[in-house]
Amino acid sequence: MSALLEIDDLIVRFRHPGSMLDRLRGRGRQDIEAVAGVSLRVEQGSTYALVGESGSGKSTLARAIVGLVAVAGGSIRFEGRTIASAGQSDLRAVRRDIAIMFQDPIGSLSPRRSVRSILSEPFKVHGVDADLSQEVARLLTQVGLSPDFADRFPHQLSGGQARRVGVARALALRPKLVIADEPTAGLDVSVQGELLNLMNDLQAKLGVAFLMITHNLHVVRHVADRMGVMYLGRLVEEGATGPIFEQPRHRYTQALLAANSEPDPDADVQRLPIRGEVPSLIARPSGCEFHPRCGFALDICKTKLPELTGADGIRAFRCHNPAGVKTAETVPEPA
Amino acid sequence: MADDILDISGLSVDFRTPGGTLHALRDVNLSVKRGSVLGIVGESGCGKSTLINTVIGLLPSNARVAGGEVRFDGRDMLKMTPGQLQDLRGQRMTAVFQDPMTALNPVLTIGQQMVAIQYRSGASTREKRRRAAEYLAKVRIPDPEPRLGQYPHQFSGGMRQRICIAMALLAEPDLMIADEPTTALDATLELEVIALLKDLQREVGCAVLFISHHLGAIAQLCDDVAIMYAGEVVERGTVREIFHDARHPYTRALLTCDPGRIREATRRLPTIPGSIPDLRRLPEGCIFRPRCPERFERCAEHPGDRRITETQFAACHKALDLAPLERIEA
Ligand SMILES: Nc1ncnc2c1ncn2[C@@H]1O[C@H](COP(=O)(O)OP(=O)(O)OP(=O)(O)O)[C@@H](O)[C@H]1O
Ligand SMILES: Nc1ncnc2c1ncn2[C@@H]1O[C@H](COP(=O)(O)OP(=O)(O)OP(=O)(O)O)[C@@H](O)[C@H]1O
Ligand SMILES: [Mg+2]
Ligand SMILES: [Mg+2]
Repeated sequence: MSALLEIDDLIVRFRHPGSMLDRLRGRGRQDIEAVAGVSLRVEQGSTYALVGESGSGKSTLARAIVGLVAVAGGSIRFEGRTIASAGQSDLRAVRRDIAIMFQDPIGSLSPRRSVRSILSEPFKVHGVDADLSQEVARLLTQVGLSPDFADRFPHQLSGGQARRVGVARALALRPKLVIADEPTAGLDVSVQGELLNLMNDLQAKLGVAFLMITHNLHVVRHVADRMGVMYLGRLVEEGATGPIFEQPRHRYTQALLAANSEPDPDADVQRLPIRGEVPSLIARPSGCEFHPRCGFALDICKTKLPELTGADGIRAFRCHNPAGVKTAETVPEPA
Repeated sequence: MADDILDISGLSVDFRTPGGTLHALRDVNLSVKRGSVLGIVGESGCGKSTLINTVIGLLPSNARVAGGEVRFDGRDMLKMTPGQLQDLRGQRMTAVFQDPMTALNPVLTIGQQMVAIQYRSGASTREKRRRAAEYLAKVRIPDPEPRLGQYPHQFSGGMRQRICIAMALLAEPDLMIADEPTTALDATLELEVIALLKDLQREVGCAVLFISHHLGAIAQLCDDVAIMYAGEVVERGTVREIFHDARHPYTRALLTCDPGRIREATRRLPTIPGSIPDLRRLPEGCIFRPRCPERFERCAEHPGDRRITETQFAACHKALDLAPLERIEA
């Protein structure tokens, strides 16, 4: 059986301005690959978390799924049907099945429109015939707000309430997949817990799948079934959440998880410093793209992009010298 | 020279709303020592942004300071003329806001904006651009020079936030106010930004008022911490006092809700039952009483600040009687 969402070798390109020097030398503007060959699967009714470096292409990937940016290569399939591939997209059939929850709830809710009007919008946009006042009340109740919230305006909501309205809007047309970009950023830990519990309950009840983008690794550890770690437009490690937290294999994953700060000023932190600068998308490093910053790089890492290791479906990663194996085994044959 | 770069005492702020007066801040006392970092934590809607907007003199038109003082380097800011405030802002006191999209002008390039904020400097535009690129590099934006020519929407969320931080640092201020500056950053960058803020503090002796929901970031960065609830500072102390020996039931509940404290993965996360009171119809007595697991008869009376140590205060009748909170097991 095919997964709900299947992404294969996805590529998304943007124009890069190029430096003054490049232009003087007659080299024109060049393309950057913000998403550079990503493959992942989201199963029905599950939660998939996408984590990774800021600027690594997570939001771009999400935007490609809902057709907000064009796909330059690879494909996106939903319930087995191709909805986007190089140069084309056909979202009509699935527009109602995929919803996106934006990061900034107050900013993404129009300030002059009441909650009622915000929640009615998806029905109007998709020409769905429904008893709107009944639907609005149903949606509000579903996210734990009383129906009289319908007459409030965004600035009259707390951060947590606004976020609930965002969830309600995303669920309006009973989608099968909700893409949530930083759903809990800016919430205090108690309200964050309420929201995640709510998402979990709705998942159990409605069977909706979540593709969640977040920087909050503690949240990922608790709620995600699977996770993918992005670095410079690629997934460097991917798989079931528990095993990855227990033993990250890729050195970037290892450094990222080690940077997760503990709520204790005296925590005995074992950081794995990442060296040097965030690499540029216009001058991608050769070989393994993490090698200039990796404390464990071997010679081969400078020249050869590591193959994907681990096809058991539990976890896969790209690293020549992965964490979690004894040193004797870590030095691979020279290529 | 005052010891505290910022000293807030008895501050109360109201908002006029259609449903009546909303008492967003009530009798807030706080201070930021020169060159130190004060963290503010609290429930969404507890008044953190209102506090910051009062300090930088940018309250919305329906707000009114109902009482109190805000002293910056010994001078009461609430008595300053708009011109005097303008001189402080962007020079001796800079700010980074929660939402980097609204802080940056969408129709100007990053370079134009970073040059414009150096308007007080006598340097040439070329030199200002060089400094702009230097600060972008400091916050780890790759290819800073060509990227000065790009517009805000061409950067990722985390990059925009770092650009805002670079802009706030350019002035080398005495106080930098940062409203959730690291929420949009991945864990490694968050650590780097925290290290950067610490370095800056050492280099230019800048103090930081740091607001965050991320208790891990607060624990790593701050010297002192204040906990706010529904418009009041319910507890303040050194970072160790707050994280290791919190005395207010709200602080303790908040710490317990942090998923970072829970070792075993769980789908059901702890929360604080109930919700924040309506700030237009305040309950009598202790503000946390309706949700407090420790409440008893005396809580009908507002507790006021209890002094726990030289540096720690908590607004709770039971502050001195509560057993220490369990430490996170390793
Ligand atoms: N419209 C655009 N034009 C040009 N470049 C863009 C555009 N949108 C994104 N980019 C670039 O693509 C890269 C990936 O950006 P994206 O927003 O997907 O990152 P992200 O992983 O979501 O980061 P963050 O965690 O900071 O939100 C960045 O280098 C960004 O500058
Ligand atoms: N312009 C305004 N008019 C009326 N009420 C307001 C206004 N701005 C804020 N409030 C109210 O004042 C209280 C404090 O809001 P504030 O934005 O300071 O909270 P916060 O602690 O920054 O929250 P968050 O963590 O969600 O950012 C809230 O009840 C809010 O609804
Ligand atoms: Mg993003
Ligand atoms: Mg705020």
